[in-house]
Amino acid sequence: MLKYTEDHEWLNLADGVATVGITNHAVEQLGDLVFVDLPEVGAQLAKGDAAATVESVKAASDVYCPLDGEIVEVNEAIVNDPSIVNSDAQAAGWFFKLKLARPADADGLMDEAAYLALVG
Amino acid sequence: MSDTTELGKTPLTALNARIGGKMVDFAGYEMPVQFPEGVMKEHLHTRAKAGLFDVGHMGQVILRAKSGKVEDAALALERLVPVDVLGLKPGRQRYGLFTDQNGGILDDLMFANRGDHLFLVVNAACKAQDIAHLRKHLSGDFEIEELTDRGLIALQGPAAEKALAKLNPDVAAMAFMDVKDVTLAGASCIVSRSGYSGEDGYEISVPAEQAVELTEALLADPDVHPIGLGARDSLRLEAGLCLYGNDIDTTTTPVAAALEWAVQKVRRAGGARAGGFPGADVILPEFERGASRRRVGLAPEGRAPVRGGAVLFADETASEPVGMVTSGGFGPSVDRPVAMGHVATSLSEPGTRLYAEVRGKRLPVTVATLPFITPRYKRA
Repeated sequence: MLKYTEDHEWLNLADGVATVGITNHAVEQLGDLVFVDLPEVGAQLAKGDAAATVESVKAASDVYCPLDGEIVEVNEAIVNDPSIVNSDAQAAGWFFKLKLARPADADGLMDEAAYLALVG
Repeated sequence: MSDTTELGKTPLTALNARIGGKMVDFAGYEMPVQFPEGVMKEHLHTRAKAGLFDVGHMGQVILRAKSGKVEDAALALERLVPVDVLGLKPGRQRYGLFTDQNGGILDDLMFANRGDHLFLVVNAACKAQDIAHLRKHLSGDFEIEELTDRGLIALQGPAAEKALAKLNPDVAAMAFMDVKDVTLAGASCIVSRSGYSGEDGYEISVPAEQAVELTEALLADPDVHPIGLGARDSLRLEAGLCLYGNDIDTTTTPVAAALEWAVQKVRRAGGARAGGFPGADVILPEFERGASRRRVGLAPEGRAPVRGGAVLFADETASEPVGMVTSGGFGPSVDRPVAMGHVATSLSEPGTRLYAEVRGKRLPVTVATLPFITPRYKRA
């Protein structure tokens, strides 16, 4: 099940674990990424915490943790080659996997139709 | 600025928006930060072929002596800049600095000897203040006129000469820092062979009503792409060129700014026209004993860009800062982060390792010689 946040992250939910990345819309706004900093595996994060940082040529932006949970895996491939996020933001360019503290929290997030309406 | 204030427009604002420029407020002007190609490709294209930049937000100012003699205008400008203006030959341009009584830098500028007057190009954010400064100190015997009816276009990159010479072959023979009148696409332009990218190229002052036609003629060349302010900043940073308000300001003296080269010997202690500009009593002794801090290049050792405002430390645990990053980002041509900053002079030797604090982490950076790229100016 695919969910979205107002901070332009996508979550692909399966068995209480969310694979999290940033949306195509976010990538278009950011431009070419040159650096990605990911959280440590095992980190316990709360919704709204800065989980990752992305940098384009011009500016740095935070990627927020979309829900309370624990980081169980990170995508080292995008650290080695940030351009993967530009070329495939919603699949190969995933950032981290988050084991949700309360899987039902995801029910409050937007579905794809609501997100696409938000970004117009 | 209140949000009811309308943003300024250049003669090219509508064209920039029409061809996909992402328009932002810059120094009170509606300017393109990037075009659809994006900052990275725009930057690389400028170094590979040619980039066209709208810099019509900058101030273009005529300084003329009522005597009609350019020498009188030159000596007048020397009262405000620590630079050899009188020695600049007709048809040549030079870099200069307006200084204040404390030895700080009010703005940096380019000025040209146009035969019977001086032609100045100043920063957009400072131009009102610069013109007021000129009028306050040079009233009476001088005319100071802002040319508000002209656009300014920069064409930069190794293919700039070929692209511009298609419109007028005379530009090919110009050398770095030459300035001359050139007719381009029917427009009477003032062209200088200079720029802000580290590449060969030109800056073109064009009558406002002919700026769009000239720009379209240049963009018709497939080698010429439109470039926004984002790539303009990364290009100048790789080239080691200062951005006023970031790398130099009123708290920075010419020596602290590592701009000694801009103060010719004739204006230094012992020179024929030593001193006689604001702050000379602070600035000139620093040529002997140095300043307490110094602008340097900084090469972050990792992949993380280190941005302006990051505080510098001598080691990973020290609590006292030793400097600050003033400009920083990713350098597309060198494919790594690049930065500039001010550090204590004792730590300004290239190779010195310092630490920049970024998001609570201390990242190692090495003091580096500037520029980060090899400039390709067409020296005579």
